[in-house]
Amino acid sequence: MESKTDNFQKYYVPEKSAIPIIFAVSVFFAGFGAANAITGNGSTMLLLGMLAVVITMSFWFSVVMKESKAGLDTPQLNNSYVFGMGWFIFSEVMFFFAFFGALFYIRQFAVPWLGGEGEKGLAGELLWPEFEATWPPMITPEQSIMGNQAVTKGPDESMYLHGISGIIKWLPLWNTIVLLTSSGTVHFAHIALKENNRKRFNFWLGITVCLAFIFVILQAAEYYEAYAHLGLTLNSGVYGTTFFMLTGFHGMHVLIGGIFLLTQLFRSTGFKHFTEKEHFGFEAASWYWHFVDVVWVCLFLFVYII
Amino acid sequence: MSAVIENHEHDHHGPQKGILRWLFTTNHKDIGTLYLWFSFLMFLTGGAMAMGIRAELFEPGLQLMDPIRYNQLVTMHGLIMIFGAVMPAFVGLANWLIPMQIGAPDMALPRMNNLSFWLLPSAFIILLSTAFMEGGMPGFGWTFYAPLSTNYPNIAYFVFAVHIMGISSIMGSINVIVTIMNMRAPGMTLMQMPLFVWSWLITAYLLIAVMPVLAGAVTMLLMDAYFGTSFFDAAGGGDPVLFQHVFWFFGHPEVYIMILPAFGITSHIISTFSRKPLFGHSSMVYAMVSIAVLSFVVWAHHMFTVGMPLAAELFFMWATMIIAIPTGVKVFNWVATIFKGSITYETPMLFAIAFVVLFTIGGLSGLMLAITPADFQYHDTYFVVAHFHYVLVPGAIFSIMAAVYYWLPKWTGNMYDEKMGKLHFWLSFIGVNVTFFPQHFVGLAGMPRRYADYALQFAEWNAVSSIGAFLFGLSQLLFLYIVIKAVFAGKKATAQVWDGAEGLEWTVDSPAPYHTFETPPKVNG
Repeated sequence: MESKTDNFQKYYVPEKSAIPIIFAVSVFFAGFGAANAITGNGSTMLLLGMLAVVITMSFWFSVVMKESKAGLDTPQLNNSYVFGMGWFIFSEVMFFFAFFGALFYIRQFAVPWLGGEGEKGLAGELLWPEFEATWPPMITPEQSIMGNQAVTKGPDESMYLHGISGIIKWLPLWNTIVLLTSSGTVHFAHIALKENNRKRFNFWLGITVCLAFIFVILQAAEYYEAYAHLGLTLNSGVYGTTFFMLTGFHGMHVLIGGIFLLTQLFRSTGFKHFTEKEHFGFEAASWYWHFVDVVWVCLFLFVYII
Repeated sequence: MSAVIENHEHDHHGPQKGILRWLFTTNHKDIGTLYLWFSFLMFLTGGAMAMGIRAELFEPGLQLMDPIRYNQLVTMHGLIMIFGAVMPAFVGLANWLIPMQIGAPDMALPRMNNLSFWLLPSAFIILLSTAFMEGGMPGFGWTFYAPLSTNYPNIAYFVFAVHIMGISSIMGSINVIVTIMNMRAPGMTLMQMPLFVWSWLITAYLLIAVMPVLAGAVTMLLMDAYFGTSFFDAAGGGDPVLFQHVFWFFGHPEVYIMILPAFGITSHIISTFSRKPLFGHSSMVYAMVSIAVLSFVVWAHHMFTVGMPLAAELFFMWATMIIAIPTGVKVFNWVATIFKGSITYETPMLFAIAFVVLFTIGGLSGLMLAITPADFQYHDTYFVVAHFHYVLVPGAIFSIMAAVYYWLPKWTGNMYDEKMGKLHFWLSFIGVNVTFFPQHFVGLAGMPRRYADYALQFAEWNAVSSIGAFLFGLSQLLFLYIVIKAVFAGKKATAQVWDGAEGLEWTVDSPAPYHTFETPPKVNG
């Protein structure tokens, strides 16, 4: 028989720590600095603040890894991390939900009403009689009456596929292939890790990280194309707005997820972290990666195809 | 799953001395205390702004400030009271109480807990720093409707302050959910959880779901204001009404975030001082879950007059009215708990009963506002102001005060001064009603909100309202005095404190030890 206390798992209460408040102060400088930069008051504070955020965060994570190495983590604490990561990803889902919601509202209601559809279209009909509701709107309502004097002008060309012949050169398709493949490779890495095959794990994880950065490069190429040749910018009306905000935030998350995965790769190759049972850091990164992938599938459907 | 403390030398030492204890702490009680004091500081700041508002409205005409300053006070009063006073107070209570009520040694993620507190001062320093900038504080109302806000100076500071508050709330709620799901004492099933814990679990889900949407809303605002996007600009194909949809999709669940923990608190207190178990424990849980779920499909009742299709107006009207059913269940359960109880009227009970009565008044005026055709008349009048102040001041704020009086002996080990507490209650009760009840009348008579001046026929009731506000404002200093007195002195409290109280927190000493449960308590299944 076990003694009474053995029935209970040990609980790790971390000692007092200076990291959280230093982190909060760094966030203060990053936030205040960002506002300064945007309102044209210089970006030094933003850069220093961001640097402090990154350094504090890395230090915090390294402390957590050390504790885990020292065996202070209990299954209970691990559970807390699992739940915590899960709900963090859910909050990210809700962030994208706001932007997808905005896209649907604009496509379903705002643009048709501006074009004069239905009862609510009366004002649109009076204000912008020439405006025609199409998606994407290549001519903004303002442009429909002001012509070239308009501040917000529509794009010359949209990102949609123009004719099946262009499909080979259509970047969004390649982006989709790259991301879907990477979701597979990260899963192969996970299987390899569970089978305790570190070499194969490093290989598949390395491939995943490469694919992540290929995606970011392709996305950058697409943005360059949009700005340089298609006249599609943040300022080209509501199409440019939704296109760049949705793909931009997604791209940012790919970058974060890629760095997250790269960190796990360094941990595995450089420090021999992770065992077949304990590899929460990698698991969290891979969940995040699958989430980024799902968001892309929605983007591909609603921003590029439908 | 359960736990014992690993780190034994930690326990013997107890808290560290000096200021570093508060800066570096990972203890749920310390962090709860920080949250509560921060909240009180913000309550006084936002309160001082309310005093400025009521002083200006004491008589018609412009006496004390120009309309821009008035708008800034209205805006900052709202932002500070919601994000600085009410929400942090509930998080503070959650920190103090959830581990004690579920038999856990601490919150699940103690360092993140400290971070989510310290982000709040960061956010509010950014927000308040705009007072010293050219262009001044935000003056577009706490709802920051576009395009008024997108054309406003300094909005970037407001946006990043809101982002940081959001990060803090999300981390706080993740911590609450993880603690409740993962650290309950062995044998405590979900349905056996105390109602305050339940109310916070539901609140935390709401927070995680809607704070990111708020972040999305302010991000769109920032992009429209500084980077030339057209989310809310019809000239580019967007729609200003879109802003209101995104905002209120956050805003309505936010309202329930500020009231659900109050439901939990009230349930505990009414049961204790009626010396009866709560009537309908599980129906209370189901009612709160229903309210939370419904809160996602009622947002557009805040914008009936904005010009929505008729079908939407009708849908949001009916959906809103359905909320009266679970809310009614809760109110009747409280009344049924009181029924035939052996009741005593200590200060927490007085606040809790006032909560039930006055919150119900606020709920009923809410029902009036939910009726679309009637709302066309009431919209943006003082009737709305009266409605939401009735649910927030004698609702949320009274429940926070009730909670402080109820658990203060457990926190400090000293009883508060009962006579002074009762005096504080009666002054607050009279003050609140004198302030906000007349606002129903001027609202129904057509006085619009958010103006520094008003027509002469509203003068008498506005003067009455201002006098009530000063009374309410001043009596909160009494609250400060009572709390400080109880922290340092007072009759020693027993572990049980209130003879009708039930729950794990009453099984430990008063004041509660620095780490409450070193071994998990037994819970009878």
